[in-house]
Amino acid sequence: MSTATTRPFAGAGVAHAARARRYGLWVAAALVLLMLPQLVHTGTAIAIMNQMGIAVVFALSYNMLLGQGGMLSFGHAVYFGLGGFIAAHVLNLSGRGAIYLPVPVLPLVGGLGGLAFAILFGSFSTRRAGTVFAMISLGVAELMAASSLIFDRFFGGEEGITTNRSKAPLLLGLPFTRDREVYYLIAFWLFVAALAMYAFSRTPVGRMANAVRDNPERAEFVGYSQNRVRFVSFCAAGFFAGIAGGLFAVNYEILTAENMGLTASGAVLLMTYIGGIGSFVGPVIGAVVFTFLQSMLSDYTGMWLLYLGILFLTTVLFVPMGLAGVLMLHAPAWRARRIGRLVGPYLLTGALALVAAVGIIGLLEMIHFVAVSEGAGATKRLFWMAIAPRTLTPWLAFAALVVVGALGVRWTAPRAAVAFAEASRPAVAVRAAPTGKASL
Amino acid sequence: MFQLIFFSILNGLVYGMLLFMLSSGLTLIFGMMGVLNFAHASFYMLGAYVAFTLGLHLGFWPALVIAPVLVGLLGALVERQGLRRVHGFGHIAELIFTFGVAILIEEVVQLVWGRPAKSYQVPALLDFPLFRVMSSSFPAYKAFMLVVAVAIFGFIFVILTRTRAGLIIQASLTHPQMVAMLGHNVPRVFMVVFGIGSALAGLAGVIAGPVLGTFPGMAQVLGSIVFVVVVIGGLGSLTGAFVASLLIGIVQTFAVAMDVSVGGALAAVGVPVASGGALHDLWKVTIAQVAPILPYVLLVLTLIVRPTGLFGTRET
Repeated sequence: MSTATTRPFAGAGVAHAARARRYGLWVAAALVLLMLPQLVHTGTAIAIMNQMGIAVVFALSYNMLLGQGGMLSFGHAVYFGLGGFIAAHVLNLSGRGAIYLPVPVLPLVGGLGGLAFAILFGSFSTRRAGTVFAMISLGVAELMAASSLIFDRFFGGEEGITTNRSKAPLLLGLPFTRDREVYYLIAFWLFVAALAMYAFSRTPVGRMANAVRDNPERAEFVGYSQNRVRFVSFCAAGFFAGIAGGLFAVNYEILTAENMGLTASGAVLLMTYIGGIGSFVGPVIGAVVFTFLQSMLSDYTGMWLLYLGILFLTTVLFVPMGLAGVLMLHAPAWRARRIGRLVGPYLLTGALALVAAVGIIGLLEMIHFVAVSEGAGATKRLFWMAIAPRTLTPWLAFAALVVVGALGVRWTAPRAAVAFAEASRPAVAVRAAPTGKASL
Repeated sequence: MFQLIFFSILNGLVYGMLLFMLSSGLTLIFGMMGVLNFAHASFYMLGAYVAFTLGLHLGFWPALVIAPVLVGLLGALVERQGLRRVHGFGHIAELIFTFGVAILIEEVVQLVWGRPAKSYQVPALLDFPLFRVMSSSFPAYKAFMLVVAVAIFGFIFVILTRTRAGLIIQASLTHPQMVAMLGHNVPRVFMVVFGIGSALAGLAGVIAGPVLGTFPGMAQVLGSIVFVVVVIGGLGSLTGAFVASLLIGIVQTFAVAMDVSVGGALAAVGVPVASGGALHDLWKVTIAQVAPILPYVLLVLTLIVRPTGLFGTRET
């Protein structure tokens, strides 16, 4: 495969092949979504996959703002939550027979609810960009959080709004009682929403969103109103966030004010950024990884957000392009068929980093144990061992792991970097292939 | 009625001056570096927790001095090792970074001190009512808070306007390149200001912890309000931060003290309100319930009507 050299002179045939490959990717994604429930058998796995699907839609909608539009929002969960609340109320009405609305259409109702509020709040907040936009989004989020305490009937106070999806009328006789059935509903909407969001990013207004993000002044000179471009992106993002909220209402059958709070907005920022805001698949990867870590870690430790926060800060400081960006960096090596040479150095560095991570986790968990859980016995189960945090030995052991791991990484990381540079070197040394970087 | 107004003003002053201790650092940091520090209130929380732990061993008064210094050093470290690194990626990246720091500090606080609130007590020396007006009394500790806050205000004012260091800081606010040309180490000025700002936030935490409570959510409770203050006052303006702090402090204290419902208020003016109906919840709302919303309504209004804030000279 010599695409690395032919790509700069891409002709019609290559463009055709690229398009075919893109359609192929979507078809493959649809097949994977259909096949996944056949591969897993536990109820927990299905529940986690449902959660992931919702998170992916939410994160993709968030990236329409942050990645594609350059708008940092601290209140995106407002549209998710309001869409969810509206969907839950409509589902209740439908269950009582007041209106006819089957469950599969419900996410659309949530989406329209999110859209309505995005139009309302977007009308003034998108007049600004950058820090001021972020401030307004925070203000709106706090406003809604405070309002939720007042409007008891709509938000249901502390208990939130509960609903029952099995009471709604059926569409084509499809019931939605089990998680597995809900999975297909979520998968369907995930696919449709992702496709629509991808299509949006290819439309002229989606392209202009990128232009306004990079250079608003120049976009204005070309003849586009930056406010209107931001407003359209904002409304679209609110719509898809509402769809995610509607899916949430169907899946969990309960919504509380927490679902639209600052923590929820922060979580979507974390997952989108960890995945990478520079590419379309970034938020997908981020949402899957974040949800997986969240559900796995919360089984073992109460401090899961601490670890995710560390992961987030590490991403911000050292790999701002996110996980997807790191994967993209390896495209040249992959095309040059030299990716195999990286396995050895990467495994070595990764193993040493893992050693350091185990040491850090051990130390953190022991600090937590000693500081907080007084009198809860002398030992703690950690890494499948019984450990006595009130003795010196485990502290020395974990500290030694940190030191060994860190020193080892310091020694091997430059070698891995050299191997990476060697592998990504173009086959014919003309110039670096332009597709190597994330297209931020 | 007099009693209500008198104590509301006093409490509003105390709360407002406390807000100023936080917002002064935040607005200086913003004015200099263009960074809206999301973790500012987290330093306030750290101040309270560190002082609580130090207080157990050393007592309140040494903690009052040591805790802000420790928090300030940590702030300087965050600036030196973290913020300076992401500075090249632009303001959005900086905002995201400080947001991450805020999450991390909140989690670390829970890691070390646990989730339940700590019983951080007012020192025995100040635990008496200072004076009584009719049936209510005013605690001496609140007067102490007021004194500390006013002293800090005077301190900042004198440093910024009367000393050479203050002149350099003021110059770095508006003309960082020129200051650098004159041979000053502007990044170090930034680090020092960030450290001092964090220390002030820490000090606010030390003195507010016993009154407003020491719990892992305390940063979130105050953090957003401080943002509101800084935006309303005008980003980068110390005078604005001062006026807005007092404004928000007094408005909120008054609103909390009023137990009048919206429907009742309308009825008093002569507008009859039907009970029940779709807006039933709205008529039942009391002014006290609206109090938490007020700052954010003010924030959104300010950003729409006058984005530069009361005393600000520039946007963003």
